[in-house]
Amino acid sequence: MLDRRQFVTAGLGAAMVAGIAGLAGCSGGNSGGAGSATGGDDAKGKVYYLNFKPEQDTQWQELAELYTEETGVPVTVKTAASGQYETTLKSEMAKSEAPTLFQVNGPVGLASWKDYCYDLDDTDIMGELTKDDYALKGDDGKVKGIAYVIESYGIIYNKKLLEEAGYTADDITNFESLKKVAEDITSRKDELGFSAFGSAGMDSSSDWRFKTHLANLPIYYEYKADGIDTTDAIKGTYLPQYRQIWDLYINNATCDPGLLSTKTADDATAEFVTGQCVFYQNGTWEYANVAEVGDDNLGLLPIYIGVEGEEDQGICTGSENYWCVNKNASEDDIQATLDFINWCVTSDTGTTAMCGADGAMPSGDPGMGFVIPFKDNQPSENVLNNLADEINADKTPVKWCFSTMPSEEWKNGVGSALTTYAADQTDANWDGVVTAFVDGWASEAAAAK
Amino acid sequence: MEKAIKRYWPVFIVPTLLAFIIGFIIPFALGLWLSLCDFTTVTDATFVGFTNYIRAFEDTIFQHAFWFTALFAVVSLVVINIVAFLLAFALTQRLRGTNFFRTVFFMPNLIGGIVLGYIWQLIFNGILQQWNQAIGLNEWYGFAGLVILVAWQQIGYMMIIYIAGFQSIPDDVLEAAEIDGANWWQKLVGVTIPMMMSSITICMFLSITNGFKLFDQNLSLTAGEPSKLSELLALNIYNTFYGRTGWEGVGQAKAVIFCIVVVAIGLIQLKVTRSREVQQ
Repeated sequence: MLDRRQFVTAGLGAAMVAGIAGLAGCSGGNSGGAGSATGGDDAKGKVYYLNFKPEQDTQWQELAELYTEETGVPVTVKTAASGQYETTLKSEMAKSEAPTLFQVNGPVGLASWKDYCYDLDDTDIMGELTKDDYALKGDDGKVKGIAYVIESYGIIYNKKLLEEAGYTADDITNFESLKKVAEDITSRKDELGFSAFGSAGMDSSSDWRFKTHLANLPIYYEYKADGIDTTDAIKGTYLPQYRQIWDLYINNATCDPGLLSTKTADDATAEFVTGQCVFYQNGTWEYANVAEVGDDNLGLLPIYIGVEGEEDQGICTGSENYWCVNKNASEDDIQATLDFINWCVTSDTGTTAMCGADGAMPSGDPGMGFVIPFKDNQPSENVLNNLADEINADKTPVKWCFSTMPSEEWKNGVGSALTTYAADQTDANWDGVVTAFVDGWASEAAAAK
Repeated sequence: MEKAIKRYWPVFIVPTLLAFIIGFIIPFALGLWLSLCDFTTVTDATFVGFTNYIRAFEDTIFQHAFWFTALFAVVSLVVINIVAFLLAFALTQRLRGTNFFRTVFFMPNLIGGIVLGYIWQLIFNGILQQWNQAIGLNEWYGFAGLVILVAWQQIGYMMIIYIAGFQSIPDDVLEAAEIDGANWWQKLVGVTIPMMMSSITICMFLSITNGFKLFDQNLSLTAGEPSKLSELLALNIYNTFYGRTGWEGVGQAKAVIFCIVVVAIGLIQLKVTRSREVQQ
């Protein structure tokens, strides 16, 4: 046994050893990055990518390693936890080793990071974009961000169940017919053994489907009617339509509307996959989770809310993932970063990793399954992407106007009001939604200035 | 021994002092400075004077959070201390199994706040579901839920402090009171409570500051729903800082105000209860 003095000495010794090891660990980590630069001799600069999508973390890590092997440029990829991107970015950007590559979600996200964005106008990657729409411009007209993935959302449906109920997708061409089908399924719910819609969960894992994605439709139609791209004061012209689609969702669902505040994204996915509901509003990113239903069995419908002429409306397609390069990084790092993203979207390895499905990564992992807005985009194996493309080929896609929503605060306000209304569907509670939508927009837009 | 302390004092003082400076003094000073600035990242701030404070006071949700938190702190203080005191009283009687029960009551304190919040959310929602209700639909459900959760978590801890207090009362004093003909109530009010004032001071201090500072339980149990009405101060500050673009400075200003209020209340409470403590 150690006596007391020996014990203290031993403890101090151990603490010191641990401390020194810790220091060595840190410096080892830094030099390790530079030391591994064996591939290219003139490799200068390094890349630090703060990734937004946790579901693609392993692929980015692998792609970074591949790039380092090929060129000798060290690439660090860190991924923020789901829903924690802004928080993580705020603290990472304050460090001396700040991210050289980060992302914003659109004009509103750009507003808070514009002082950190490098002008991308004359870069190689700009030349690879298929459409100028996918470049995000700042107030000065310079390109500050480049979309790197295009996504779509609508009402995903189960073909087999819809047929069991006696309908096909051709029966649904506007809000009226969607309502008819949904209400008919609800009236025969016990006999059929399934509901029309999955639970419109308002838990934070799922509420963005309604406070952000569904709310996009009334905003899109209002912008379209007024011929504008963004506004500081929304009028709420199409809020009555927003109400009727929300009513349809919550009153023809698998659960009582009062329980929505507790329902999660997993609940809704599970209901859809296990055949408890026919319709489920979500997007192409959800493919991996719903693939179980079977590719032939998956269908996609536009979200009809009851606007004049909506028979020609397509799927909601756009991007809220824009790459930005940190202006404050050293010149070498900026160049290294630009080279890296250009390589990602032009090289075989890069595009296969970004667009590929099962087994696309050299390690055998599935690829990221993206549709990328660059010339070297590869055909997608994601059925939902292909369905969206098919529909949008004859119809007018709905733009993603939700990136102009004034703030997260606004979305949360609308979400809370929707939840309150769902539990008790009175006009007074709907007025709460309207207030959060219209007045909230004005005050948040003013606060952001 | 004394000589050793004289020679080696830096070994004992310096590491703690450094940790205190790095972990407390510097962030605190930086926080004060940032509350007067407009910034996105903390290393890149421009001075704007007191506008952040003005915006903080104009924020109606912040005002609501203030009263809601004050009410919560008072209610949880009363509930926790009364129940903990009674439990401590019961468990210092000569009953069988007191050690077992002490352990049981203390155990909830060992579970982290976030986990507790989610577990209780399931319990409350499971019950409220019977009436098609949920905890996020009404601010007073949230309030009651938070009080129950925090009471359940902290009663055990306060109970241990009270038990120590009970055990420190010398038997001869109680015996003397008994011989003088005091009944149990007179013994409690006239002897036990004054003798335990130091335990009461520390328990009240802990529970009132915990009430004001409550964060994780609030975040996981209600997340401020509905419409931020069940948001307590700490969560409101966090959401202002991280949730709103351009409001980072306001969040920082709120944090400074919050700090001043909690320190002031803590000091007043200490002064009041200290003055009632008796020397044994």
